[in-house]
Amino acid sequence: MATLDRTARSLLLRELVSGMWLTLRYFFRPKATINYPYEKGPIGPRFKGEHALRRYPNGEERCIACKLCEAICPAQAITIEAEPRADGSRRTTRYDIDMTKCIYCGLCEEACPVDAIVEGPNFEFATETREELMYNKDKLLANGDRWEPEIARRLELDAPYR
Amino acid sequence: MSIWDTTAGHVVVVFAEALALLVPLLIMVAYLTYAERKVLAAIQMRRGPNVVGPFGLLQPFADALKMVMKETVIPEGANRALFLLAPMLTFALAMVAWAVIPLNAGWAIADINVGVLYLFGISSLGVYGIIIAGWASNSKYAFLGAMRSAAQMVSYEVSMGFVIVSVLLVAGSLNLTAIVEAQKTVWFCVPLFPMFIVFFISTLAETNRTPFDLPEGESELVAGFMVEYSSMSYALFFLGEYANMILMSGITTILFLGGWMGPFNILPVLGPLWFVLKVCFLLFVFIWVRGTFPRYRYDQLMRLGWKVFLPASLVWLVITAGVLLATGTLPTPA
Amino acid sequence: MVPTVFFYLFAVVLVFCAAMVVTARNPVHSVLFLIAAFFNAAGLFLIAGAEFLAFILVIVYVGAVAVLFLFVVMMLDVDFAQLRGGFQRYLPVGVAVGVLLLAELVFVMAGWQFHPGMPQLRFAPTPAGVSNTVALGNLIYTKYVLLFQTAGLVLLVAMIGAIVLTLRDRRTSRHQSIAVQVARNADNTMELLDVRLGAGIDMDAILRPKVIEPDGIDDDPLDPPQGGPPHGGHHPAGAHHGPEGR
Repeated sequence: MATLDRTARSLLLRELVSGMWLTLRYFFRPKATINYPYEKGPIGPRFKGEHALRRYPNGEERCIACKLCEAICPAQAITIEAEPRADGSRRTTRYDIDMTKCIYCGLCEEACPVDAIVEGPNFEFATETREELMYNKDKLLANGDRWEPEIARRLELDAPYR
Repeated sequence: MSIWDTTAGHVVVVFAEALALLVPLLIMVAYLTYAERKVLAAIQMRRGPNVVGPFGLLQPFADALKMVMKETVIPEGANRALFLLAPMLTFALAMVAWAVIPLNAGWAIADINVGVLYLFGISSLGVYGIIIAGWASNSKYAFLGAMRSAAQMVSYEVSMGFVIVSVLLVAGSLNLTAIVEAQKTVWFCVPLFPMFIVFFISTLAETNRTPFDLPEGESELVAGFMVEYSSMSYALFFLGEYANMILMSGITTILFLGGWMGPFNILPVLGPLWFVLKVCFLLFVFIWVRGTFPRYRYDQLMRLGWKVFLPASLVWLVITAGVLLATGTLPTPA
Repeated sequence: MVPTVFFYLFAVVLVFCAAMVVTARNPVHSVLFLIAAFFNAAGLFLIAGAEFLAFILVIVYVGAVAVLFLFVVMMLDVDFAQLRGGFQRYLPVGVAVGVLLLAELVFVMAGWQFHPGMPQLRFAPTPAGVSNTVALGNLIYTKYVLLFQTAGLVLLVAMIGAIVLTLRDRRTSRHQSIAVQVARNADNTMELLDVRLGAGIDMDAILRPKVIEPDGIDDDPLDPPQGGPPHGGHHPAGAHHGPEGR
């Protein structure tokens, strides 16, 4: 009887039909993907995206050229040069990040005592040339100005867990 | 005697008819590639092309444009003439077969007496495009693909031949219009259901579609016989493959699904529309099968062709003939 | 007018292709010219009103036989320089045989007598009102049925003979038994045991369905059979030892 059952099943292509039925059901399922450039998935407050240098609310840049980020960077992507400014405060004259080296580990952000260098929520910074990925201080400060509201909100949301 | 009765007039008329058939066919091919991507995407819970034009409807034309703009690369050691001949052959064969396909009663460009043989002959020639491409490319992947395809197509043609013979037994004619007319009472897919399945699976093998896409063998042979092709020569292979799918669906429709006749003969006015609908359904199944089954291993493919389909179709052929003889319904030729 | 033009077209191309088959340097080109020759022969059949024969020629010879020719020629990679090596040496013999054959042909042709009704037959290849296929079928399945079936039987015997001569059951290969694979289910693959803590189980093998092995195969991968290569790749370690079915 079992043999008959098996024979009937294989002659009726039961396995093939059940496979086809499965894919047909999936055909009518809602899509798992989103319509990416027009819709975007949610991003956590700790998301490590493009770097930015932040400023204080009065416009003064936060970075004090302590070089902790340069020291901790495992990919050695950060290069900092510093000199005392005219008013005597210690500031960077050069703050470069080689984004092609960066591994987005977030250690620079962790190391920073003044929350100056942060990894923001932006992940869409593809460029057409390699040179454009060598970020300098101007670019990083501009990023900071551009993303400040979101960065501030992210830091606030993440603060209880730090 | 009007001008259309002269030889030149005939040539002009046939040319116009061919154009009227081939232009919609090529548009259908273009949208078949789109449909394939959309249906596969839906089965995999993705969206598929949706950016170029509304719902991505202009995607095939964007692809075509991309193909045309690319550079044709002819490999160093390739046999130039044959290398370029192969895609043309594939494409041309996929087109010429349409000459005998009747979309409606009397709509075939050439309603010849041996239409089935013509189709069978043309489809058996399709293998040459692939073999020549594989050999002329002078590349081992291409050559492996060509070898596989040669063995595969020859194997599956045998059982396809027997299936066609059993249809001919019931229909009593080699003429495609007569075969469709013979299905007035019941479509042949009902009495010959197992043969219908065997035929459909054989057409999958004949068109090198998944699960029998060993000549292409994406994951093991890169792209098989067309690995060295680029630009328009590649596009011709691509068009040929999809046109062949449509052709095979058309043949299946004529042999088993009652051609231009609606189910239970409803709305006979819609003749060609019924035909196109049935072809579209079969094409959907083609894509559906691709979305469902993994590729066969080569020895399994050969086993299926020679040890399962060939005996099955032979036995069913004998059964068909026996039943027809016993019930006295064997059609007698005019 | 048009058939005449096509006749000469097909005929000229046919003769050209046939000549190229024997003169082409590349064997693959030879086969391709052979295919073109078949094609033109089919065209000639069509002009003669024998559409069934034309398409059978295309299907059988071009679609199947020539594919296998091409297959073999491509695979073998024939060295034609070597084949042509003895050309000069064997030339006299070849010419002698050729002249002999030509002379015989001439004698045969000279003695050929045409049937008086030949011209009429040529212009009416099939009886009126019957299609070519039907006429052919009527003829070979009534008048010549014995010859036709005998020819079929001879071919069948030849086919069986070829298979018997070439098929050897290789005792050392492991074949896939699809029925066994498909029939296998969870019950004969795994066993759920209720194991007490720290007790462990007494089990030394993975359960496998009983497979009938070819004689030449030794089940122990560590001790390959004498005179043959070891089949280590086929034996997942441990999977083959132990009792079948515990």
